Amino acid sequence: MKTKKFKKEIRLSGSGGQGLITAGIILARAAVIDKINVTQTQSYGPESRGGASRADVIISNDEFYYPEAVNFDVLLALTQEACDKFAVDLKDEGILIIDNSIVKNTPKMESEIYEHPFTEIARKKLGSELPTNILSLGFLVKITGVVSEHSLKTAVGNSMKPQFKDMNMKALKLGIKLAEVDIKNNGA
Amino acid sequence: MAKNETKTKSVLMQGNEAIARGALAAGVNFFAGYPITPSTEIAEICSVEMPKMGRKFIQMEDEISSMAAIVGASLAGAKSMTATSGPGFSLMAEGMGYAKMVEAPCVVVNVMRGGPSTGLPTKPSQADIMQARWGTHGDAPSITLYPNSVMESYELAIRAVNLAEKYRTCVTLLSDEVLGHMRERIEIPNLKTIKVVDRVKPTIPPEWYKHYPENPKYPMPLASFGEGYRFHVTGLAHDAKGFPTNKASETAVMMERLRNKIRHNIDDIIQIESFMMEDAKIAIFAAGITSRAAKEAVLMARKKGIRVGMLRPLTIWPFPDEAIKKYLCDKKAIIVPELNEGQLSKAMKRVMGAIWSYELRKSKNIIGLNKNNGELINPEEILKVIKEVK
Repeated sequence: MKTKKFKKEIRLSGSGGQGLITAGIILARAAVIDKINVTQTQSYGPESRGGASRADVIISNDEFYYPEAVNFDVLLALTQEACDKFAVDLKDEGILIIDNSIVKNTPKMESEIYEHPFTEIARKKLGSELPTNILSLGFLVKITGVVSEHSLKTAVGNSMKPQFKDMNMKALKLGIKLAEVDIKNNGA
Repeated sequence: MAKNETKTKSVLMQGNEAIARGALAAGVNFFAGYPITPSTEIAEICSVEMPKMGRKFIQMEDEISSMAAIVGASLAGAKSMTATSGPGFSLMAEGMGYAKMVEAPCVVVNVMRGGPSTGLPTKPSQADIMQARWGTHGDAPSITLYPNSVMESYELAIRAVNLAEKYRTCVTLLSDEVLGHMRERIEIPNLKTIKVVDRVKPTIPPEWYKHYPENPKYPMPLASFGEGYRFHVTGLAHDAKGFPTNKASETAVMMERLRNKIRHNIDDIIQIESFMMEDAKIAIFAAGITSRAAKEAVLMARKKGIRVGMLRPLTIWPFPDEAIKKYLCDKKAIIVPELNEGQLSKAMKRVMGAIWSYELRKSKNIIGLNKNNGELINPEEILKVIKEVK
């Protein structure tokens, strides 16, 4: 079925506590369900408690070796600091996704840029900022197609504690819907 | 190891978890440890899983006692293990020497972080490679393994336990912060297909039993305390029954046994990976997490038409001298990237220095690429060195 080789380097970035490493693990789990090779790494340290935090996910149907993302195909930035720090390493044909309720200075670059106030949407529509990570992950997957939507849903469902499952499934749907609107508007 | 086996379950797993699960699959039934970043998940998972399996987990007061506990458990018949990082590994050095001296099978995992001292708890390093060889005093033998993926962490954890049991010694399994914390898709083999070495029990009458025979064949029958076989255990030089001795003849027998268990079984202990070495003019010698960047660099260089290959030791100690001679003697340059100030490259120079003549040494090169700031060496950095020597 999949004959063409592909390799996607994805970096999810923001600040500690935004759930980006959790989102990275869930994305990697979805890739496992899709039966494609995946490696997930993270910055692990004091910065994961407040400072800049990142999770890297590399997904490929071919073998690859180096585990950290170097030139990103997709960059999700949920803080200005993360956006400023990592946008330079985004490929020209890459995709930048930012939370414009937090990231006020959008970098000027060749890459495709998607902006939504993910945190605000989560707060207003779900009553909590907690599922911002899943909301933006849903958006990212719908836009990029790095894993199948079905596998992502299964991975989110399997990864959440019962009391948070509902909220996160809603967040996921919301993110996907947001992307569908963008895709339609872009006439893709 | 698991290439031809029936694979069953495809899961996303962390390196540290793979070590814990591999060790449990190999039959480890006693874990004593003192959690330390970046090895903590190993103790954490063992603490959850082992009680469920009717096995023992103890959190000790420090690393010195952890090491002592696993030696004691081993002498009582358990397959025992602990896991730590640099600072704890230093504290365990004495106990590891004791385990090697009294020939108590056990496994010590060291998930390397930046040093010296408490250094960089959350950053990777490969600076304990020499410590794994020479960390303890005296001419102690060392079997040290170092995987480069989550799947291999699982496989080498099993292998470490098996080698410890077979050669009745303390085996070190190295990992590093990135490898320990990264998650990958791995195939968990069917437990029934995993080859596990269990201790052979003596069948001879107890009065004939020698715990420390002159020239044992491995695995040798090994009694545990409490089984009716009398033997003594001491860190002092000892005779066949384990009692202290000062005699040169008896000491020589003991030291020979410690040396020969490695020397006579090199082929069984050493594992290497050779990657695109057949027509290579330049070779990279890399281990653990750094070999992942090296492999990527080989592919990048090959695309540019540069003939490069990689040789990787899965067994770091004993050092794979013969494989290195075989694969690397005719190479124009050997690049040794590592997250330290040149521990593997010095070992490499020792081997090549012995076979390259003075004349040859002028035209050949061993180039170290070193980093010890807590970051990984990336493929581009290795590629740059390749281009320089091309």
